[in-house]
Amino acid sequence: MALLEVIGLNKYFDGFHVLKDISFSVEKGEVVVILGPSGSGKSTLLRCINGLEEIQSGQIKLNGEVINEDSTKWHLIRQKIGMVFQSYDLFPHMTVFENILLGPLKAQKRDKKEVARQAEELLNRVGLLDRKNFYPRQLSGGQRQRVAIVRALCMNPELMLFDEVTASLDPEMVREVLDVMLELAKEGMTMIIVTHEMEFAKAVADRIIFLDGGEITEVAGAQEFFTDPKTERAKNFLNIFNFKEYKKGVDNNEKI
Amino acid sequence: MQDLGIRVLIEGNNLYRLMGGLLITIRIAIISAIISILFGIPFGIVMTSKNKLVRFVCRTYLEAVRIIPVMVWLFIFYFGVPKLTGIHIAGDVVSVIVFSIWGTAEMGDLVRGAVTSLPKHQKESGKAIGLTNLQIYSYIIIPQSIRRLLPGTINLVTRMIKTTSLVVLIGVVEVLKVGQQVIESFVLQSPSASFWVYGFIFFLYFIICYPISLFARKLELRWKE
Amino acid sequence: MDIGFILEISSLYLEAAKFTLKLASIGIILSLLIGLFCSLVNYYKVKFLKKIVNWYIELSRNTPLLIQLFFLYYGLPKVGIKLGAFTCAVIGLAFLGGSYMAEAFRGGLEAVSKAQIEAGLSIGLTKAQVTRYIIFPQALAVSIPSIGANAIFIIKETSIVSAISLKDLMFVTKDIIGIYYKTNEALLMLVVAYLIILLPLSLLLTYIERRLRYAGFGN
Ligand SMILES: Nc1ncnc2c1ncn2[C@@H]1O[C@H](COP(=O)(O)OP(=O)(O)O)[C@@H](O)[C@H]1O
Ligand SMILES: [Mg+2]
Repeated sequence: MALLEVIGLNKYFDGFHVLKDISFSVEKGEVVVILGPSGSGKSTLLRCINGLEEIQSGQIKLNGEVINEDSTKWHLIRQKIGMVFQSYDLFPHMTVFENILLGPLKAQKRDKKEVARQAEELLNRVGLLDRKNFYPRQLSGGQRQRVAIVRALCMNPELMLFDEVTASLDPEMVREVLDVMLELAKEGMTMIIVTHEMEFAKAVADRIIFLDGGEITEVAGAQEFFTDPKTERAKNFLNIFNFKEYKKGVDNNEKI
Repeated sequence: MQDLGIRVLIEGNNLYRLMGGLLITIRIAIISAIISILFGIPFGIVMTSKNKLVRFVCRTYLEAVRIIPVMVWLFIFYFGVPKLTGIHIAGDVVSVIVFSIWGTAEMGDLVRGAVTSLPKHQKESGKAIGLTNLQIYSYIIIPQSIRRLLPGTINLVTRMIKTTSLVVLIGVVEVLKVGQQVIESFVLQSPSASFWVYGFIFFLYFIICYPISLFARKLELRWKE
Repeated sequence: MDIGFILEISSLYLEAAKFTLKLASIGIILSLLIGLFCSLVNYYKVKFLKKIVNWYIELSRNTPLLIQLFFLYYGLPKVGIKLGAFTCAVIGLAFLGGSYMAEAFRGGLEAVSKAQIEAGLSIGLTKAQVTRYIIFPQALAVSIPSIGANAIFIIKETSIVSAISLKDLMFVTKDIIGIYYKTNEALLMLVVAYLIILLPLSLLLTYIERRLRYAGFGN
């Protein structure tokens, strides 16, 4: 049985059809990368899976159980689905440690000692244990994002959602965050990742879902998608990231 | 004799008298507001001066005016100034003086806020497209400052109108005083007169101030973008 | 200036200052409660209450305290509602201050971004927990300067309660001017008394504002 199953999901923003009949599933331990042009609905899809957006039709199943029908239960579901945002969204009035402990202590009502130990271990793994008493504003973007990942991980989620988590980082900080995610993938964490880092996607993904205009237009293994995309849209999309063929003085217009 | 109830308001020339009182209140508010705006604008611009001493003097004036309640300022000018100078000033003149001093300070702070909140690059981008200083001021700085200024200024006017109610306490015969007189002269025919008269004055202030604040809020919303 | 006289009347001013502070404190506390209630009603868009709250805010903001006091103290007894002068002053101040505090809280609540709320939800907190652990602390930090400014405003507004014969600083001053004709001394003491109350508060507020601006936790 798949860990996550999305069946016939439709989402509208006041009449605007953002997600059209989306169906896919994610197996336990699988890493799925969602690619697609800006505005194609990637963020919205992740937000639907985490109950931050209401859907108009379709089903979302976690471990075979429908999770999108009882809106009063979302806070319980979200404890099993971690989400990391592009803008980190750490709580600015709390220290790094307080940020991480809030969910496990208040939402999951776990034992403080046990959680603190786990939090320290996780912080240590992302190389930020010495920053545990800092406030978010005292950290760099890359550090903040790593804390945000730890904050989600400390809930022991079964599934992690990442929405362009490196998109607002300075280039030199992108790597430190991606490394954390690669590490997680290696350990078998189930993840759905939205990213524009193509090399990273190639390395981390088991499967690529290509989203265009709110529709899934292509699903393929990572290798296959990058070397031999089936649809014209996907080919164009990949070309945007390809600078290799550009040379000064050569007219490249035809290739686009 | 039967209680007149709410009819006390229209008995004899009561309504006329009350409205006359209101006019005095409003006249004080409007004159003070005009003076405040006229003096407040240059004062605000002076407040943005680069000279530290100038800024300090302005700041001190503003804070001194602000920290002491307006009521106390009215007392100082009404009781204190005649005592010191031997010149008696009428209550309504005192009111206009005090409200103008207070209003100039507040208006100045609004102007300072509006001018300093303009992003620097506005001026620079004006220069970049080759405008002269005068053009920059007349096409960029002043129109934008007015937009930022107008809601606050209108709010200041409503505050001024509300504060004008205090002048009764230094003996100015305005709407509240006229109200008291009406209540006294109808104490027999209308024992409940004070309920209706004060209620009516409350209502009067509301129907004057409410549309003005509504207008200020509309402007603020419209110009936010 | 008659120094001896000033010393003589200083105890009167001390009493009056205490009274002013007592009245203002009660007014401020009630204003905070009313303001918090109103801002929450608006923030969570409670249907029916929202209308009432907004009408209250408009009434409060667009009428002078003095008229409110006259109506409460002289008007209401004529329809059978008899309230003491102190009660009237407290009601008046709370009625006035409540809408100002509501505005202060509103500013704070609006400053909490949707992203913060969603980040809270995404770690499995309930809405109530998000309100308590994320929205409240952040909103309060933003509101504090306005809350402080409103508190000072309310203290200053107490300066008109002598109109309903409460024995505050203005009342004592008028008394002394009327009885002894010592205008200068009385006015000097009046200003000094208000400065002693308001200056430290105002400086404290400036200090807090700076701290919040420069060293605040905001990222
Ligand atoms: N809250 C919203 N209200 C209305 N339209 C929205 C909202 N959020 C996103 N959209 C629209 O939905 C589409 C998909 O947005 P999004 O999921 O953010 O795309 P992506 O993450 O792929 O760039 C866009 O056209 C966007 O303008
Ligand atoms: Mg997006």
